[in-house]
Amino acid sequence: MDNKSIKKLYNLINIESKKLKNKINLMEVCGTHTMAISRFGIRSQLPPKVNLISGPGCPVCVTPVSEIDKILEISEKENVIITTFGDMMRVPGTFSSLEEKKAKGKDIRVVYSPIDALEIAKKNPDKKVVFLGVGFETTAPSVALTLKQAKKQKIKNFFILSFFKIIIPPMIALCMDKKLKLNGFICPGHVSAITGAKIYKILTRKYKIPCVVIGFEETDILTGIYMLLKQINNNKPEVEIQYKRVVTYQGNLIAQKILKEVFKKIDSIWRGIGEIKKSGLALSKKYSQFDAEKIFSFDISYSKEKKGCRCGDVLKGIIKPVQCPLYKKKCTPEKPVGACMVSSEGTCAAYYKYGEK
Amino acid sequence: MCLGIPAKIEKIEGDFAIADFNGIKRQISIQLTPDIKVNEYCLVHAGFAIEKITKDYAEEIKRYLKEIFKETENG
Ligand code: SF4
Repeated sequence: MDNKSIKKLYNLINIESKKLKNKINLMEVCGTHTMAISRFGIRSQLPPKVNLISGPGCPVCVTPVSEIDKILEISEKENVIITTFGDMMRVPGTFSSLEEKKAKGKDIRVVYSPIDALEIAKKNPDKKVVFLGVGFETTAPSVALTLKQAKKQKIKNFFILSFFKIIIPPMIALCMDKKLKLNGFICPGHVSAITGAKIYKILTRKYKIPCVVIGFEETDILTGIYMLLKQINNNKPEVEIQYKRVVTYQGNLIAQKILKEVFKKIDSIWRGIGEIKKSGLALSKKYSQFDAEKIFSFDISYSKEKKGCRCGDVLKGIIKPVQCPLYKKKCTPEKPVGACMVSSEGTCAAYYKYGEK
Repeated sequence: MCLGIPAKIEKIEGDFAIADFNGIKRQISIQLTPDIKVNEYCLVHAGFAIEKITKDYAEEIKRYLKEIFKETENG
């Protein structure tokens, strides 16, 4: 990336920051942004008045222990194959993880796409094949379309444990959080490719928080921060798209339609944050035959978040990882205590990797 | 996790396409981007093309991802 334009952007940000009345907090919601910001060292190069905080945008990190315990329980049942994205393998449940179950001989397979999971189901008609559905709006359409195909092909042994979540409800919850004084959102790039930037309208209209959808390169992020500062100084909160190479205002209408058909919104628990109304996606009635929650029974009354882990406060942006007493001591990427240290896009892992303060 | 990986469309077969990910070929679904054509570029997430992109942007992301993977390998 050319250094000249980066310097120029930092200059513009500096000039704009001088006009700020108070210190401001900008939150990046997406884990890929957290990683990129840490990697480019942007946090420490910004003027002191501009504080970047990380939010709940890593799907792996926000999946609560109780949900992990459910998939671990299913893995114990007879004639079952668990399929999952690789990111979920090491996330700790109350007593174990998928990785540990696999080491003990359970049939757990990492797939690249839900379509691969469906193929496994077709090849193993005598087994129940369960796909662990974790992710935001970027990922949910891939599962929705796979289920549509499964229905068409009358596949009877393929199931989804749907822990999908949608991004707007926690953003609204964070706007209302009194402990957090948010002044702007760095909105996620690829979630917005599906939903369109239109979903952020409620944040600018009702909560008066500026929103800019930003790409993942250094110049993208700096340009986006500059756009946010301008909005704050002009006192004109609006939805802007910096990442025009990929994101439109309307988003991907085909994806939005299939999401509506296959899923319904339900109340959902976010790790460390708690229950947020209508923030999760469960299978709709039309697709309930594929719902793993209906096929298997669980008893997860023992589920408990790890003691001392402050993932919840990290995910809400209330503390930085260094403020967690376990950070770098008991909790490292090799031996993660909380999910924020497991995923490479988790805030704790990103801070650890790039040595951020 | 919401990463999009750039790929070039090589062949289209109904809802699916063969895409080239920097030399590695894979079948992907193009149901979310039905207008995409052979030789065009897209961002792929979980085996699905989620959006069409320009060749220049595809090259840019490829460079960026290569650097990240290098760093990850080096710890
Ligand atoms: S450092 Fe570890 S224990 Fe502390 S909040 Fe992060 S993931 Fe949780």
